Parts: sequence; C-alpha cells; structure tokens
Amino acid sequence: MTTTASPAADDRRTPALDALDGLVRLTGYPHHVLSFVDGDGYPVNVAVVARIEPNARIATFDAPAGLPVPSDRPVSLTGSHIRPQPGYGYDERRHVTVWGSIAADPADGRLTLTADRAWGWDEAEVPFFEYSERSLGQSRRYFDALSAERGTPIRPKLSFGWLALRTTRLPFLSATIVPVILGIVIAASEGSFDLLSAVLTIIGAACVQLGLNVANDYFDTVQGADDLNVTPTQFSGGSRVIQYGLVSRRRVGMIAAGFYIAAAVVGLILLALRPSAALLVIGIVGIVVSLAYTAPPLKLVYRGLGEIAVAVGFGPLMLLGAYVVQTGGTVTTQALVASLPIALLVALILYVNEIPDRRGDARAGKRTLPVRFSKITVITGYRVTVAAAYAIVVVGVATGLLPLTALLALLTIPLALQVSRGLDPNYDNPYGLMAIMGVNIKVHLYAGLLLIGAYLAVLAISALAPTVDLFVG
Amino acid sequence: MGTLPEPVEALLDAALVAELTVVDGHGRPVTYPLIPLYDGERIYMTSSTLFSRKLEHIKANPKVAVSITDPIAVGGRTDRATIQGDARVIEDDPHGGWERILPIWEKKEPAIVAFLKARVALPLFFERALIEVTPRRILHWSDGDAATTPVVTEAGRAAA
Repeated sequence: MTTTASPAADDRRTPALDALDGLVRLTGYPHHVLSFVDGDGYPVNVAVVARIEPNARIATFDAPAGLPVPSDRPVSLTGSHIRPQPGYGYDERRHVTVWGSIAADPADGRLTLTADRAWGWDEAEVPFFEYSERSLGQSRRYFDALSAERGTPIRPKLSFGWLALRTTRLPFLSATIVPVILGIVIAASEGSFDLLSAVLTIIGAACVQLGLNVANDYFDTVQGADDLNVTPTQFSGGSRVIQYGLVSRRRVGMIAAGFYIAAAVVGLILLALRPSAALLVIGIVGIVVSLAYTAPPLKLVYRGLGEIAVAVGFGPLMLLGAYVVQTGGTVTTQALVASLPIALLVALILYVNEIPDRRGDARAGKRTLPVRFSKITVITGYRVTVAAAYAIVVVGVATGLLPLTALLALLTIPLALQVSRGLDPNYDNPYGLMAIMGVNIKVHLYAGLLLIGAYLAVLAISALAPTVDLFVG
Repeated sequence: MGTLPEPVEALLDAALVAELTVVDGHGRPVTYPLIPLYDGERIYMTSSTLFSRKLEHIKANPKVAVSITDPIAVGGRTDRATIQGDARVIEDDPHGGWERILPIWEKKEPAIVAFLKARVALPLFFERALIEVTPRRILHWSDGDAATTPVVTEAGRAAA
C-alpha cells in the first residue's frame, strides 16, 4: 500500500522565493521595472533592461537619466507578464520582484543590484484558484481588521439564493433524487403508488442528504480537512462557506441539525401513513450512516469507508426505503438488484471527487481510498467498479430480475469510458480533473434516469399491452 | 481635459496593465501589476481582499507610484510614464462599493461582467476595496528610454 500524497508538491508556497530563484525568473522578462523610494518618500518606477547574473546574485543596468537611485535603502526589480488579452482578460500570468541594495560603478556609473530576497507568482506553477485558496488567511485578516476598525463585524457576503445553493450543495441532490424516484417507479410498476407518500419520501430523503452535505462541512472543518485543502473544485473540497467566512461554523452546524430534524419529522409522518418495520429500520440506519459519514466517533470517510457508506446510503437504503413506503411490504430481490448499479455509480462520484482532495485529506488524517492507494490502483479501482455496475445490469436482465429496458443504462458506457480515459492525464491536475468529475456525475445521473425510464416503460407496456413481458423468463 | 498631460492620459486609457508600487513597513518598494482605471481626475485600481496586503501598506503609507511600462499592454505605444501620488483605500462596502468603477473596468476587460455574475464560484475574489490615487507628480518618457531624462510635470499644471 502506498500513499499518493506528495509532500514536495504540497510544500509549494506562493509568493515566497529566495533571491537566486527570483533572479533566475527575472531573466525571463524582456524588461524590468526598477523601483525605489525617492527623497520625498514617494516610490519611483522606471523601466530598465537589466543584465541578470543569478549565480553572482546580481543584476546590472544603466542608471536612469535624471533619477538618482539611492544606495542607502532597498531597491527592487520587477518582471511582469500579466499578458492582456483584449476582450476577455489575462493569461500566462506571472510576475516576480527581487529586492536588494544598489552600488554604482565609479567608472561608468552602471548600477549593480545585489539581491537578497524575492517574491512572485506564476500561475503555471500555482493555478489562480489554488493561489486564491492559499490567500484565505489574508482575506480573514483583512475582514478582522476592518471589523475592529469599524467596531462591528464586517464579513464577506453572497445573495441568499447563491449562499443557500453553495451551503447546501443543492446540485448534488441528484444523488438522492435518482434512487428515490427509481424505488417509487419500481413499486409503481408492481402496482403500488401513493402520490402523497411519494412526495414526502422525496422531501425526507432530500433533507437527509442536505443534512449530510452541511454536516460534512461542519465536521471536516472541526477536524481540519477543509482548511488544509488548497485545491478545492466545484465538485470537491466541500462548500467552503466556513473557510470563506460566509457562514459561521456554528450556523452551519445548526443548519445541518435543522435538516436532520426535518428528515426525522417527515420519516415519522411516513411511518404514521404507511406503517412498516422495514421503513423504520431503513430510516434509522440511513440517518445514522449519514451522520457517521464524517461525525466522530465513527468518521467513516476518515477510515476509508466513505465510499461504502455512500454506496449503501445512496443505493439500497434510499431506493429500498422509497420502495417499501409505496408497497408497505418488504424488501424484494428485484428492487435490491436495481439499487446496486446506482450504489456503485454514486460511490464512484465520491471516489473520483476525492482524488483532487487527497493531499489535504492526507494531512488531515482522512484516509480515503485515493489517499491510501497509488494512482494506478485508484484508476484500476474505478474501471473495475464501473464495469461491475454495468455487469450487474446485464446479469440482472439475463436472470429476469431487471426488465429488458434496463439495458438502456448501458448507453452511458461511452461517458464512463471518457472518465476512465481522463483520470490518468488529469490525476495531478485538480482543475483539469473538474471536467472529468462533471462527466462522472453525469454517468450516475443518466444511468439512473435511464433505469427510471426502463421501469416507466414496464408500467406503460403493462397498461397498453398486458401480454408483453419485459422480463426474461 | 484631465489633470494629467495628454500623452499620459492616453497611456492610462490604453493600458490594460500598470504597476502599482507601494512602500512597506520596512521602507521597501513593493510592486503589484494591476489594471489602471482613470476617470479624468484620479486613477483607480481594485484589490481583492484575498490579495489585500497592498491595502495595509497604503493605509500605513499612502505614497505610491503607478507606472505604465509594458508596450504590449498599451497597444504598441512606446512611450512610458510614472505617476507619483497619494492613495486612499475606499472600503465602505467590500461587497459592492467597488462596483461604481465597473463601467470603466468593463471597457478594458469586458469579461469582468460575466465573471461577476458568477461570483458564487469565487466569492472572495469579488470582495474588493478601491484604491484611489490622486496624482502629484508625473514622469513621462516620450521615447520610452530611461537613458533620456523624463519630462516631469506637477499634477494639475498640465491641464491649467
């Protein structure tokens, strides 16, 4: 077992550089901006072309005419390549500043800067989003100082709608909607459907997931994982609302509790409407697994059990829970088999999303599978698991446990192949991996929707052509 | 007519990048590449709270310099200028106060409006303060060559 976390890569810091590194970088710029503080205390900037000798720790250039450069105070040379692209912004952003002291050659007046420190940023080494994440502490200091100055808390803001969307990570709700509706549709195809309980099931299950999403941010912050992650993406690294100062940790905890309480209330209403021992067990296990996902003492995701917890929670538990609410009966093999491909595909969403988080997770002691295993093992794990998901569909159809129309789910195989091929080249590039993570979410969503469509077809055909059987055997 | 010599105003209007130099607590010049936004009287720049150390320096010492040195950033013009001045940090409302200069910003970087609409993706980048620079002294190199003594103008006199 090997770890993929790379301390060397993690230790990249911006913008601290040593003088030699700064001078080496300065050689890459066509001109340099000489800066010094004049006798009136104002900075002066003047463009020069310096000859850089990194190994000698010096840069030499002609003295600017009419502007005496002081030798008794620090002077700097800056190279900047914030290349403007009229119309849409800037690219290949990089800049470097080297400080030092100045001495003039008495023979020709040429100036020599002896470097002692440097500072800079190159987005090719530290992407802008990572640079921003590494700068969160500066933003916090800014708001703390402004708050102290004004005597009232000043905090970053977002409109309520955007903040709610970000805090709850609402778009991920497809992970719940797919299995719950599939469970309802399977029950309907067997002749059991109740609209009120179906709607309540969707609401209750959504509350459990939103509670999980928000609680995950709370506990990952308490345990340091989200603070240590400097490469979050839109699909990974949590909502960041606590790290950005948009919502306090306490409030996030309260929101999570609110969702769980709402889920419990809806669950009790469902139990009152459709009494079922299976539903009671599924409901309790679902909430416990959801909480235990990040919360101590179990912290399943910290122990490499997060993928299994997600597979069980967003596969069999959600689907079978919705199913038994409708049927009022017990769990069936057919419904259980239908939940398995969904379970594997949803676990793979988490699995792939954990890849860019693995360095921060490793530092926080969060032993997810991508933290525990090497790149090749993780990629192979994806391929085997996604193949297993499709194999279950085929075997399920062949054994008559799933309808023939379930084979429609195989239409998502090209998307899965796209993910499989994209993992290797983007494994160490969180921002390149974002597109792959997006496709991986579509694999689960589209496969789930196609399975729902498969059972709707069963429903339609049983109404229109009762003699046609869509199940083998 | 503005407060700066005409060629310097033209440079500022054209420039997609300038260098803002502030003085840190140790008396060292610190230079930041930023977009200069000129309203005919003062130069404005904005800073995200993420990269707000420059604001701390300005609050402690408002003396700054803004230079335009990159010919690629000014559409191939070869003249260069440095404007020394006094800076003020405007931070009444970091969330939206800076948006008053958005029309000038948009002229130079049209994409900024689309980025702003997607601020949910990077909220702290759009929590910003304005840096307002009142020009005091202008150095202009008409040929862009530092071997030539710059023409020095006190702000306001050019427009008088």
